[in-house]
Amino acid sequence: MKNTTNIAPILKIKNLKKSFGDNHVLNGFNIKLFEGENLVLMGKSGSGKSVMIKCLVGLMQPDSGSIEIMGKDITKLSQNEFNDLRTEIGFLFQGSALYDSMTVRENLEFPLRKQKRRAEDIEKLVYYALESVGLAEAIDLMPEELSGGMKRRVALARAVILKPKIIIYDEPTTGLDPITAKEIIQLMRNIQQTYKTSSLIITHDVDCARVISNRMVLLINGINYAEGTFKELSSSTDKKIQAFFKS
Amino acid sequence: MITSLQIFNNFRKFLIEIGELSYFTGRFLKEVFTKPFEFKELLRQCYNIGNRSLLLVGITGFILGLVFSLQTRPTLIEFGAEAWMPSMVSISIVRELGPVIFALICAGKIGSGIGAELGSMRVTEQIDAMEVSGTNPFKYLVVTRIMATTLMLPLLIIFGDTIALFGSAIVENLKGDVSFLLYFNKVFDSLEFADIIPATIKTFFFGFAIGLVGSFKGYNCTNGTVGVGEASNSAVVYTSLLLFVIDFIAVFVSDIFFEL
Repeated sequence: MKNTTNIAPILKIKNLKKSFGDNHVLNGFNIKLFEGENLVLMGKSGSGKSVMIKCLVGLMQPDSGSIEIMGKDITKLSQNEFNDLRTEIGFLFQGSALYDSMTVRENLEFPLRKQKRRAEDIEKLVYYALESVGLAEAIDLMPEELSGGMKRRVALARAVILKPKIIIYDEPTTGLDPITAKEIIQLMRNIQQTYKTSSLIITHDVDCARVISNRMVLLINGINYAEGTFKELSSSTDKKIQAFFKS
Repeated sequence: MITSLQIFNNFRKFLIEIGELSYFTGRFLKEVFTKPFEFKELLRQCYNIGNRSLLLVGITGFILGLVFSLQTRPTLIEFGAEAWMPSMVSISIVRELGPVIFALICAGKIGSGIGAELGSMRVTEQIDAMEVSGTNPFKYLVVTRIMATTLMLPLLIIFGDTIALFGSAIVENLKGDVSFLLYFNKVFDSLEFADIIPATIKTFFFGFAIGLVGSFKGYNCTNGTVGVGEASNSAVVYTSLLLFVIDFIAVFVSDIFFEL
C-alpha cells in the first residue's frame, strides 16, 4: 500500500455525528480517502453506513462534524456550489435506482443534461460508458427489460458518465448471484483503471472487500473501530473484528 | 373507544400535515418562477396527463349527458317545460356537474397516478439518484406535474362538458325530435359569461389541487411499498375533499361577483 502520510486526501470525514432522537447512529466517525485508493467500509446492518453516505452526498444533514470533498467542506457550501461538486462524485445505489420511465440511453443522458454539450458528444459519452460495462447493445431498452446484474451495470455506467473523481458504491454486490457479483467486482476494478477514480465501497461482502480493497475501515457503534488492509484485519484476534470475516 | 387523547393526537397530525402541505406549496411557488425551467418534461407531463385521461373523461361525459337528460326529461314533460331542456342541461353541466364530476374522476386517475409514481420513485431511491446527480428533483418531478395538471384539467373539463352536451343532444334528438342545430342554438343562447368564466377559473384550481396533493403524498412517501399504496390512496381521498372545499369557495366568490 502506498504511503499516504503527506498526501492530501480527496475525501475527509472528521468527527461526524448524527442522531435520531436517542439513537446515536454516528458518534464521531472519521475517514480519509486518498487519490486512486479503494477504501472499503464494512459494518453490520444498522451500524450507520447508509446514514454516513447519505450525509456524504447531501441527502441528510449531519448534526456535527465536517465532510471535505476535494478540499471543500460540503456543510459550508451553497446548494449551487454543492450541486457543481456533486458532478465529481459518482454514486452506485444498492438497488441501482434506474429511472423506470426512461430508456437506458435517457438514464445515462440524465446527469449530462445540465452541461452544455453537443448531441454528438453526449451520444459518444453514453456509448463509451455503456461499452465500459459491456452493455452497448442495451442502449434502447427500458430498465424493466434488464436483469438485476444488467441494471447494476447500467447504474455503474450512469455513475461514471461524468468521469467523477470519486465513486461511492453502496452494497454493489448485494442481491446478485455469486457469478454476477464477481463480474461487478471485476467491472469496478476496470472502471477504476479506466477512469482513474478513488472509490469508497460500502459492503458486507467479504469476497468483494478482499478483491477490491486497498484499505478497510470497520464501522461499529457509529465509530471507525478498526482500520487497515484486508490481510491485517482478517488476521486480527479481536472478536468484534473476527465476526466480520467469519460470516 | 376513542379517547380524548386519540382525538387530540389525530388533530395534531392533521395540523402537522396542513403545515407540511403549506410548506410544500410555498416551495412550489418559489421553484416555479426560478430557472432552469423544465419545458420538455412539462410538455411530456401535459401529454401524459391530458392524452391519457381523454378517453375516460369522454366516456364519462357522454354517459353523464345521456343519463342526465333521460332522468330529467319526464319531470320537465310533466310541467310542460320540455323546451327548457337544453338550457337546464347546459347550465347544470357547465356550471357545476361537469367541473366537479370530471375533476373527481381526474383526482382518481391522475392524482393517484402521480402519488403512486412519485412514491415508488422515492422508495426505490430514484429521487435520491436525481438529487445526487446535481438535478433538482422537486423542480423536475413536482413542479412539472403540478403545472401540467393545472393547465390540462380545464381543457379536459371543457372537452368532457362538450361530450356531455352531445350525449344530451342525442337523447333530445331521439326522444324529442329536436335537431342538433336547434339543440346547440338553445344551449348557446342560454349560456352566459357568468356561467362559463367562474366555472372555467375554478377548474384551474381543481387541477392545481390534484397535482399538488398527488405530488405531496408521493414525494414524501415513506414505509416502502405499503407507503406507496397509502400515498396513492390518500392522494385521492384528500384531493376529493379539497375539490369540494374549493368548489364551495368558488361558488361563494362567484356569487359575490356575478350574482348567480
